[in-house]
Amino acid sequence: MGHRTIIPFGPQHPVLPEPIHIDLVVEDEKVVEAVPSIGFIHRGLERLVEKKDFVEFVYIAERICGICSFIHGQTYCQGVEEIMKIEVPTRAKYLRTIWGELSRIHSHLLWAGLMADGFGFESLFMHSWRVREQVLDIIEATTGGRVIFGSCKVGGARRDISPEQMTWMLKQLEVVEKEMRLIVDVFMNDDSVKHRLCGVGVISKADAISLGAVGPTLRGSGVADDMRLLKYAAFGELDFAPISRTDGDSYSRCAVRCDELFQSLDIIRQAAAKMPTGEIAVKVTGNPSGEFFSRVEQPRGEVVYYIKGNGTKNLTRFRARTPTFANVPALVKMLAGCELADVPVLVLTIDPCISCTER
Amino acid sequence: MAFFQMKKMILAWTFRKPVTTSYPFEPRKICPGSRGRLDVKISDCIFCTLCDKRCPTQALDVDKANKKWRIDRLRCISCGYCVEVCPKKCLTLTGDHGIPTVTKEMETF
Repeated sequence: MGHRTIIPFGPQHPVLPEPIHIDLVVEDEKVVEAVPSIGFIHRGLERLVEKKDFVEFVYIAERICGICSFIHGQTYCQGVEEIMKIEVPTRAKYLRTIWGELSRIHSHLLWAGLMADGFGFESLFMHSWRVREQVLDIIEATTGGRVIFGSCKVGGARRDISPEQMTWMLKQLEVVEKEMRLIVDVFMNDDSVKHRLCGVGVISKADAISLGAVGPTLRGSGVADDMRLLKYAAFGELDFAPISRTDGDSYSRCAVRCDELFQSLDIIRQAAAKMPTGEIAVKVTGNPSGEFFSRVEQPRGEVVYYIKGNGTKNLTRFRARTPTFANVPALVKMLAGCELADVPVLVLTIDPCISCTER
Repeated sequence: MAFFQMKKMILAWTFRKPVTTSYPFEPRKICPGSRGRLDVKISDCIFCTLCDKRCPTQALDVDKANKKWRIDRLRCISCGYCVEVCPKKCLTLTGDHGIPTVTKEMETF
């Protein structure tokens, strides 16, 4: 048995702009144990909910995460609407679906860039983000914000997409698709990339389930589980089947995300074709009284919101369980037994969003 | 074996112009409909204080008695809630994001 040393990873680390700290117990170059600690940027949202009006809280829910901001807002709105028994107009549901999928594309492209940066492929990083920028332009034109969409509200949507904008958006997405194919080709087929990803950080199907992994981390281990199967928003009317891979290694997780990019494009096209005309929001009267668990699929996995109201304009209890929080046990399992040089890559394969996790 | 799968893309981009702009020498393209700086048409304002009450960040301060409408630009998150609730529709969000400020002063109208 070699000499054991503890190497701290984070809270400041070049591969990750967000603060997570992991104590890596290493023996020579091999990690034998990883002890994570989070809590550097706790923001106390659960207390804040008692001070804010339930309509205003959408803005705060959106700001839990800077990447999947829209889906946070959507999860919150869906929860409150369920408590208040509000029937959202069908057009608003389709709009939410389109924006949710756009946010998935931009999140996965962001991840692709960070991942390329993590294994030292700078030009791939730049090109992934260049393509992401085109998606952000579409988001800005349709919602008014580049990262914080601000287009979801309790009772529907704040903005509509005009037919001209829709045509423009679909045309732009064709360009984006062509560019994405070139990038995905590098991720999937380049030997230097495969060398860093194949067989690294394997999580078996049984482990993924027992450790409560969610999203692409779970689907990369062969479990085709996706919250979009719950048929929230317009997913009940769209053709959709979760993507999964069976190997459970970093390459599988990467492949799931790459395939989801094109799946999201397909969902947007289906939604654009089927979108009905009509109202985009209904008037909300009264206050929420009751409780609800709202579950939605974010780019990183399943997010769970627990919302409880007592009939006043302030909610009494609010809790968000974000996908990164659920994926940390799987990450710890992956890290045990890996090479020290693979640690940044493994941390990135769960697509960590620490600000989400801390709330 | 597929080494250097990216060669075509890299070669193509070697002869293209960079996608980044030379900001601030070249101003940012403003996207129509973008939520930027909050603008007020003060002649139409009736000082009802609805925007002040609804603002999620308390960036607005409306004084009904003295007919003063004030905004803290550093607190405003350009969410557009005030624009939605304004009964006289005198508030608008312009596409540009305004100039940077160095002092934490409230702008008065």
